[in-house]
Amino acid sequence: MSTITSLNPMLDAMSRAESRDEFSAAITHTVGNPLLDDPKYKTRSVNVFYAGGKQAIFDVDLDIGRNEVIAMIGPSGCGKSTYLRCLNRMNDTIPDAKVTGELLLDGADIYSKELDPVLLRARVGMVFQKPNPFPKSIYDNVAYGPRLHGLAKNRAELDEIVEESLKKAGLFKEVKDRLNSPGTGLSGGQQQRLCIARTIAVSPEVILMDEPTSALDPIATATIEELIEELRQSFTICIVTHSMQQAARISQRTAYFHLGKLVEVNDTNTLFTNPEHQLTENYITGRFG
Amino acid sequence: MTNPSTPALSATTEKVKAGLQKRYNRERRFRWYGLISIAVSLLFLVILLTDITYKALPAFSQHYIKLDIHFNTDKLGVTAQSTPEQIRKADYSVLVNDALLQLFPNATDRNQKRALKNIVSTNAPYQLQNMALADARVLGTTQSVWFLSNDDADLYYREGNERIKAFEAQWLDELHAKGLVEKRFNTALFTNGDSREPEQAGILSALVGSFFTIALTLSLSFPIGLAAAIYLEEFAPKNNFWVDLVEVNINNLAAVPSIVFGLLGLAVFIQFFGVPRSTPLVGSLVLTLITLPTIIIASRAAIKSVPPSIRQAALGLGASKVQTVFHHVVPLAMPGVLTGTIIGMAHALGETAPLLMIGMVAFIIDVPQTITDPAAVLPVQIYLWADSPERAFTAKTSAAILILLVFLVCMNLLAVILRKRFERRW
Repeated sequence: MSTITSLNPMLDAMSRAESRDEFSAAITHTVGNPLLDDPKYKTRSVNVFYAGGKQAIFDVDLDIGRNEVIAMIGPSGCGKSTYLRCLNRMNDTIPDAKVTGELLLDGADIYSKELDPVLLRARVGMVFQKPNPFPKSIYDNVAYGPRLHGLAKNRAELDEIVEESLKKAGLFKEVKDRLNSPGTGLSGGQQQRLCIARTIAVSPEVILMDEPTSALDPIATATIEELIEELRQSFTICIVTHSMQQAARISQRTAYFHLGKLVEVNDTNTLFTNPEHQLTENYITGRFG
Repeated sequence: MTNPSTPALSATTEKVKAGLQKRYNRERRFRWYGLISIAVSLLFLVILLTDITYKALPAFSQHYIKLDIHFNTDKLGVTAQSTPEQIRKADYSVLVNDALLQLFPNATDRNQKRALKNIVSTNAPYQLQNMALADARVLGTTQSVWFLSNDDADLYYREGNERIKAFEAQWLDELHAKGLVEKRFNTALFTNGDSREPEQAGILSALVGSFFTIALTLSLSFPIGLAAAIYLEEFAPKNNFWVDLVEVNINNLAAVPSIVFGLLGLAVFIQFFGVPRSTPLVGSLVLTLITLPTIIIASRAAIKSVPPSIRQAALGLGASKVQTVFHHVVPLAMPGVLTGTIIGMAHALGETAPLLMIGMVAFIIDVPQTITDPAAVLPVQIYLWADSPERAFTAKTSAAILILLVFLVCMNLLAVILRKRFERRW
């Protein structure tokens, strides 16, 4: 209870806040355990600005551990996707977007001039909200990354990578007889698993997932969630999700974003059972969001 | 309409029901508008095609006249033993005149003699020369040879010709009665270049000229247009003054009258750069300028319509910007790009005005062999023939229009097949 008491000035400021900006300004710092020892990702004072000087992310400090699944939750427009897209420099593709602060992957600054975004994205794969397979065959979809980076010396090796990736994504049994049929002909859940297979075919170190199951039905969602649990053995996974149940099911740590600020980070169990911050509690108990 | 036994309908249902009939009527009306407009355009198309085909039909056949030619060695001054050079130099027109005089010995005065000569086409002596050159043994013998009839005679056999005199008409009737006249398919139309004599005039030089011009235009404007569209859409900075300026200018160029491009071509390509005039090369340079805006605008629209998720997927896998564009965006945009290219090329094929400015209106007999040979193109050939006074050129003009349309259909068919192949990749 002592932590709640110490937050009172902040809560008071929030209750007084009349506009979105004032409310946002009232969230002064992150509670919980955002920092780790020997993290995979170390991010400090990350700010993101969009065109017109609109700030999407305010001073986020967050560490992402090795081989953990970290879930990012929060109401719409809270900046969780924007933060995720900083991690593989996807924000570079948005004109006039600006990212400041320190983002270290294994201690190396990913926004430094020396680091090639192409190389970074080979190490940090991404799965998007809407399944977006290429309008090519299933085989070519998975083989695209390895071909791009020259990961296979010959056709046999490439076949092996494709098979291995499809197996890891839990799709191989369903598609092994029709590897040459178009990837866009699969069902939504299969397409998303194909996209995951395509991502892991490059053997990345980190996989970013931006609401990967929001377009899928519950059964497909369950399959993907099982898959994430397995993938955790070999990859670090950051997942943005709208579903708190999903975050609770699959992640070890959870970060709660609100109005562009990182409000609370904690072990998933702690965060869902005993949230420190009033906003987190309001959100997970369904009072808003 | 309301039945007391059915439960009362809600207010919304009542309102929707009231408006329903009106909505359906509107839909039906709209469908009729569409059907009517399609029917009207089809009707006009059919009228146009029927008219052109009907007018063009005479151009596809030609009357031939059979004459017994005696290769008189005395009058020619050569024998089978003479050298090819001597055989070439001999005057074969005498033989044609003799053969005709033999048929109509009563032609005595000068006018009649001249008229007699005009029964067959002016290329008759050359035909005999070629025969003698091919095989010198014909010299001294008598051969039956089919000659192309003159356009006036040809016209007389078709529909009567008020331009020819009574005695000429009598000769022609006599020839016909003797079975010396035959109507055959007009191969000259497809194997000859242009000519002042309608019966010898053919479309081949214009056809080859058009082919060279279009092929070169395509190979210039397609890569340039596509590259410009890719750059403007994918790489150029957004909201940049200079990029906006370029965009405005491209849109403006699409609306510039094509004759202005002709003048530009004359001033820049011919006078400044010294490109040879009335050649497919300079023609295609000018047509490239004309088609570029169309191709760029259509390609940009096609590239813009490729879903961003595809770009993100490729970028997320570590493809570079250029790889993303060439592996995914361009193949997906290709059907749209090809549509724009078809429109541009069809435009270029039918373009006449700018080509007049750069000398492609010249009277070209020879079939062009390379892109730097003087050449005519189909629309200009149509223009030239439509302008010619001889009546036989009327049919030729329509025939040339038909051939142009066939050329266009072939070109579009090829493009549609190509587009289908790209579309299958979705």
